[in-house]
Amino acid sequence: MNLKKLTRDIDFADKVEELSGQSLNACIQCGTCAAGCPFVEDMDILPERVFKHIILGDIEKVLEHNTMWICAACYTCSVRCPRDIDIAKIMEAVRQIVLRANIDRAEVDEVDNMEELPQLAVVGCFRKETG
Amino acid sequence: MEDSYLYYPGCTLKTKAKDYESSAMKVMEELGRPLVEMDDWYCCGAMQSLTEDDIMHQIAPIRTMCCAQEQGEEKVVTLCDMCYNVLKQANERMKENEDDLETMNDFLDEDPDYEGEVEVHHLLEILLEMKDEIEDAVTNSLDDLNIAPYYGCMLLRPDNVAIDETEDPEMMEEILGSLGAEVIENPKRTECCGSYHTVNRSDIVEKRVEDIVSYAVNEGADAIVLSCPLCQFNLDFHQRATEFELPVFYITELIALALGLDIEMENHKIDPISLLEEKGIKE
Repeated sequence: MNLKKLTRDIDFADKVEELSGQSLNACIQCGTCAAGCPFVEDMDILPERVFKHIILGDIEKVLEHNTMWICAACYTCSVRCPRDIDIAKIMEAVRQIVLRANIDRAEVDEVDNMEELPQLAVVGCFRKETG
Repeated sequence: MEDSYLYYPGCTLKTKAKDYESSAMKVMEELGRPLVEMDDWYCCGAMQSLTEDDIMHQIAPIRTMCCAQEQGEEKVVTLCDMCYNVLKQANERMKENEDDLETMNDFLDEDPDYEGEVEVHHLLEILLEMKDEIEDAVTNSLDDLNIAPYYGCMLLRPDNVAIDETEDPEMMEEILGSLGAEVIENPKRTECCGSYHTVNRSDIVEKRVEDIVSYAVNEGADAIVLSCPLCQFNLDFHQRATEFELPVFYITELIALALGLDIEMENHKIDPISLLEEKGIKE
């Protein structure tokens, strides 16, 4: 993954705000998102830490961690954020910046039980993890 | 057709969730409000695309709205929670944003343009409205069955598509009450099942399933009931990684049983029949 090129070519924070329609600076680092997230134990860094890294311009720290890929867009954080930030949209924006640089997360060849899986799981996974 | 509902199936109801479709069809037929499949429909995409600039991934859901409009219907009913969520979010985006609707119509070949008048509903909304009719039609009360409802995410979030209270839903509890079943509270009933991570991160889903099912078991549930084919697969299939073996029913399967209807239950990984026989619900 050529993260350096990706982060050099764009103003990351602006792009995240443009794609998500959300204001990063509205975040007060309260941690409500992490507290309610059912996936937080599998995340390398907490959602509010992702916000902080983006705002501070530490983009590689965002992209080298797995938080945005573990987020399954369940919207729990989005409905609970006291600052009304739709955090699922922020995570989607970060995923999209990577995917639109032709860096996919999921590979069809690596799915070992395709026959068994319900179709909507496969469609949903490849919608979120490929460009 | 008067008294019927226009039904959008989506991909999984025709394949891995046939039990759900067939039981829903039988229940609605029995109640005199049949589900009639749309003449034409498109895959919804399963997960809503959330970026501001992405109109492309809204096209398939809106094409489906055009199909409903062409059939002269104002209401589309889904059984699948994910289809409901994606169709509703895409449709609401068009209703709330004139520019997006105009861009969409400029792109689509459909004639006439989509007017944004179609409404997307989940079958649970219809079933709740028909709660009294269901109660009157019960011939095989589920008295001895302790059921833990599970909602997951897609019926309740985000706020603008929620069909019930986001943090404290009651729809399935009310419907189960009309069947005579004992409702078991599960504080994990609105937490995500792991969703599409089932494709390439089973370990994550297994932890979610362990968490959700263990609470249901500890509260005394005999089974879980839900309305989403992906939640059903995850909670049913991935229990094999846990110490539990709790049957996972679609809500329409339980209604069908309570109405004395004969249904197939072939998509289940964990045997649902033994429990039903033990409780005297099925011979």
